[in-house]
Amino acid sequence: MKTKILLAAATAGVMFAGSVLASTLDDVRARGKLNCIINTGLAGFAAPDDKGKWTGFDVDFCRAVAAATLGDADKVNYTTATGKTRFTKLAAGEGEILSRNTTWTFSRDVDLSQTFVGVSYYDGQGFMVPKALGVKSAKGLDGASVCIQTGTTTELNLAEFFAGNGMKYNPVPIETNAEAQELYKAGRCDVYTTDASGLYATMSSFDNPADHMVLPEIVSKEPLGPVVRHGDDQWADIVAWTLKAMMAGEELGITSANVKSLAGKDNKNKEINRLLGKDPLQGISKLGLSADWAVNIIGQVGNYEEVFEKNLGMSTPLKIARGMNQLYRDGGLFYIPPIK
Amino acid sequence: MSFLSYIWRNEKSREIIVQIFVLLCIGWFLSWLISNVDANFKALGKDISFEFLFIPAGYDINQYLIDYNNRDSHLRAGIVGLLNTGLVAVFGIILATVLGISLGIIRLSKNWLASKIAYWYIEFTRNVPILLHILLWHGIIINTLPHPRKALNLGDVTFLSNRGFYIPKPLTENGIELVYLFLVIAIIFSVLFFKYAKKKQDLTGIQYPVFWINFSVLILLPLIAFFISGMPISLEIPALKGFNFRGGMHMSPELAALTFALGIYTAAFIAEIVRAGILAVDKGQREAAESIGLKPSKVMKLVILPQARRVIIPPLTSQYLNLTKNSSLAIAIGYMDLVATLGGISLNQTGREMETMVIVMLIYLSVSLSISAFMNWYNNKVKLVGR
Repeated sequence: MKTKILLAAATAGVMFAGSVLASTLDDVRARGKLNCIINTGLAGFAAPDDKGKWTGFDVDFCRAVAAATLGDADKVNYTTATGKTRFTKLAAGEGEILSRNTTWTFSRDVDLSQTFVGVSYYDGQGFMVPKALGVKSAKGLDGASVCIQTGTTTELNLAEFFAGNGMKYNPVPIETNAEAQELYKAGRCDVYTTDASGLYATMSSFDNPADHMVLPEIVSKEPLGPVVRHGDDQWADIVAWTLKAMMAGEELGITSANVKSLAGKDNKNKEINRLLGKDPLQGISKLGLSADWAVNIIGQVGNYEEVFEKNLGMSTPLKIARGMNQLYRDGGLFYIPPIK
Repeated sequence: MSFLSYIWRNEKSREIIVQIFVLLCIGWFLSWLISNVDANFKALGKDISFEFLFIPAGYDINQYLIDYNNRDSHLRAGIVGLLNTGLVAVFGIILATVLGISLGIIRLSKNWLASKIAYWYIEFTRNVPILLHILLWHGIIINTLPHPRKALNLGDVTFLSNRGFYIPKPLTENGIELVYLFLVIAIIFSVLFFKYAKKKQDLTGIQYPVFWINFSVLILLPLIAFFISGMPISLEIPALKGFNFRGGMHMSPELAALTFALGIYTAAFIAEIVRAGILAVDKGQREAAESIGLKPSKVMKLVILPQARRVIIPPLTSQYLNLTKNSSLAIAIGYMDLVATLGGISLNQTGREMETMVIVMLIYLSVSLSISAFMNWYNNKVKLVGR
């Protein structure tokens, strides 16, 4: 009996003994694989394809970091997390990056000791209803049953939106997107609310997407982006600049198709040369990356536009317009610091 | 040397030495665990703090037994969740006990069909995991019952829909005090009459129909008061307004599914416990009771069950505890119990995993220990008194 207790306690002890002192980059290189925490399943962002391979916008970002650090975009182990478990998993070291449509908020950044390295997708919380309900505006939802995916900022936005408009509602909290869909389809709720991107993703997986609509009101700001643990600035910089390199790729006209030829010649735009390693980019060795890091990212994964269009754009079932998620010169919010 | 070897050879002192050693090992290990948690928290830049309990929770809860809105604190949200856990546990325990005892007795019935039906019910139910029961019941309710706009209408006062069950809610008006007063009088009378009848029977053997007399008094007296004071109770009838029914009393599909699943699942175990308890009573007891001319129902009530109770209560306690702990699976269908509020949304909003989990664990522990203490007290009351 006593040995049993000791064994149980020892197992518990091992669970807690997770922290390590070596740098994150060294860990990843030593392992030869990047551990990436993604969604349990959200079409367009992280979902397994028919061969069981993870694909999607968030998955491609994991691949980009693997390409930058290991030179091979396929060297990624994926760990899934629900809205509730994601920060715990990141803190416990189950992954080096949390790339799971996570909203950047003050308390998550500061109080939970995590680092948000940038915004990969500007989103906002919306409402989806069946067209048959006859509701045209979220202001007409007084008294409705609302399915919410728990463990997100969604609950707070929802409470504030309904209270702010003097309306009542009946919250139905659900753990994962898949279960929430089932309840919404069965008519347990009148409305399903989550980030608008998630609504489009969910709708695209329905048998009759045309029977449902997303209401025009967007009730919150949801800047989504990758998260890393606090305390390793080198790693945070690597992840941040991987994202920026993808956006710079779009800005400079570098695509997965032309990156090899651009990298091989002396370009007129010296920024292309610096990004692709033709001209020296000061400090890249401090980051611990090789000169061809951006070539690997764009060549193996693509620039931001390619990744967006492949996973979320008009040619996909999700049909999400670029909207705010464009470069500033096209009317969006992405303004990349100069690569010099 | 000889003293030390004496201590070691002496059985009693050796036992004590070994126990001290084991205790030290466990203590050292626990302190190592705690310091490890502490060190890792420091490395992550986190601290242990319970201040989050007093900041506004910010989220809404769809079922609350005490007043709650999203400006209340995380602590209050946790209490609301705890009361929801308590509610489903009480409903579940009542259903499981009634169903379990009936099934246990039916299982022993001489009627072949009744006994077999109970047998298959028990074998099927207790061999399917509880989570599947919960999902099944929830699925049945939300997929087979109609939308509120086409709700099943029972006499224009009760409605069944996939958003839950709606029944009229009694509202009290002026003059209700008289009804309460008469109810209290009726209860006092019933208790006194019960004692009187028992004494009378002990002395003379004359039996009064105690149950029927008390039952009538308990119903009739308040009813008379109700009419005298001008019917001071009105019913609030649920009505479809907008998307859902408003007014009346509402039982959500999640609460209903959990109650059914927990009650029906645990009933199967209770049935087996009851059966074991009844079989543990020597068959001579039954024969003796029958030989003095008691009716079968009296044999069961007066002779068998009181003796079986001693065997039944300890395992029954553990079933009640299981049911209460299993109610934490509520999270699978979105019932807002303690785990879903304090251990779920509050955890996520504040990021205090360690603190919320420790609180939730301590609460479950104290709830379980309270049930256990109550059942132990009851067990002591009914156990065989040695003379």
